[in-house]
Amino acid sequence: MKAGSNLEKVLEEGYFAVTAEVGPPKGTLAKVIQRKGELLKSYCDAMNVTDNQTAIVRMSSLSGCILLKEMGIDPVMQMVVRDRNRIAIQSDILGAVALGIRNVLCLSGDHQRFGNHPTAKGVYDIDSIQLVQTLKTMRDEKKILCGEGISGEVQLFIGAVENPFADPFEYRVMRLAKKVRAGADFIQTQAVFDVGKFTKWMEMVRDQGLDKQVHILAGVIPIKSVGMARYMRDNVSGISVPDEIVTRMEEAKDVKEEGVKIALEIIDQLKEIDGIHGIHIMAVAWEDIVPVIVERAGLLPRPIL
Amino acid sequence: MLISEQKPFEEILDYVTKDRVIFLIGCKGCADGCESGGERQVLEIKKRLEEEGKAISGFSLIDMVCNEALTRMKLAAYAEAIESADSVLVMTCGAGIQTVASSTHKVIHPGCNTISSGHAEWKQAERCIECGDCVLEFTGGICPIARCAKGLLNGPCGGSQGGKCEISPNLPCAWQLIIERHSKIGSLHMLEEIILPKNWDPSLRDGSPTQRG
Repeated sequence: MKAGSNLEKVLEEGYFAVTAEVGPPKGTLAKVIQRKGELLKSYCDAMNVTDNQTAIVRMSSLSGCILLKEMGIDPVMQMVVRDRNRIAIQSDILGAVALGIRNVLCLSGDHQRFGNHPTAKGVYDIDSIQLVQTLKTMRDEKKILCGEGISGEVQLFIGAVENPFADPFEYRVMRLAKKVRAGADFIQTQAVFDVGKFTKWMEMVRDQGLDKQVHILAGVIPIKSVGMARYMRDNVSGISVPDEIVTRMEEAKDVKEEGVKIALEIIDQLKEIDGIHGIHIMAVAWEDIVPVIVERAGLLPRPIL
Repeated sequence: MLISEQKPFEEILDYVTKDRVIFLIGCKGCADGCESGGERQVLEIKKRLEEEGKAISGFSLIDMVCNEALTRMKLAAYAEAIESADSVLVMTCGAGIQTVASSTHKVIHPGCNTISSGHAEWKQAERCIECGDCVLEFTGGICPIARCAKGLLNGPCGGSQGGKCEISPNLPCAWQLIIERHSKIGSLHMLEEIILPKNWDPSLRDGSPTQRG
């Protein structure tokens, strides 16, 4: 075991993992996180707290993770390289490990132009692959980037993301390989709607033997409304929603139920793909639906290890 | 004027390890004024590379390498010498290096670091932001620091779609261009290496690099 987190145990013991996303509030109320934690606690193995997602200022991921940790939940701290330089990043990691955070997910972060401070200076001192490599060096060699040693153990289960729906398609697997070489222990993918394209990507992943070197969790976003389906298809960078799904939502009598059905169908297909070790549910502003989806997908009870 | 300085010879030598025959390009503009890539420096590099057992198939000194039309025209006269070379070593600012990269299908190597002043922009594409630690060796002669919205060294991020950057449909994804370029010149494997965190110290942002010491 590299970190001994619940997520690591679930994956290492070969269970099909379920993780869920917890968006922190644009404010100071701890109970927002606690309520989501309570709601999702029995339905997933770990919870990701996003890091100022879409470049909108929110409660920090580290604090959200601590609030979950206090409830006995295994948190995944998301960290983007948009807002911190290598000094702040390494410092935050040391603090997070000291506070018991064991899973960290490394991301580039949506460009600051998309958020509520579009005039902010993007930092991008190091990129997400360099961040993965930095964390691995901190854990395995107990050294920070400059080569100096650090005291104490750095128990980390290191995550990275990949978007099979971004371009250039053929290069995405090569970049995944780079993340694995940098030291990623698990990968979360962008939300899957186009299962055909995802399946093709996974074939390429298996051809390279990458599925044997890293745990891949496929992203799932339940769609709550027709507007959300259209918005994701037309406006959200990096997400590909086929027209067919938008049409199904448009024609549905019970739109929310149709959204759940689509998510369940996708999960069923994902479970059948070789090399997929779990799912990561990102129910943006619809956390209540996660227990329903996990239950109807036949993914209960969650293992207690 | 763009202030550039020659990269340490050992670094250049490292870039050309696998190359046997090299073509050299210098600039009679800024790089000449900076004594980083004028005639004297090009001849000096030629001599040192030959001492290291490299063959120089030729060299060209162009008035302003950053002028793409001029550079293409001048290089046409050396087509054969360039074709016979394994790579082209460009002793100019970052704008010049990228102009050569877009004018030839050969592997190019940067011979200089651009450290200061005057935005090196030729028409549309921002080409050099004088970061002082040139990475064009690894990125196929296209600069991700100047042209990727996130300045990624191991891109592209998940926001690259249809060849465009996530921040604007008018902005080409620099990493798409880099991958296309590497694919075209048969050096895509170079991207398998993880590019390490960059040295930002010589960057223009921390005051005048010529006065800081």
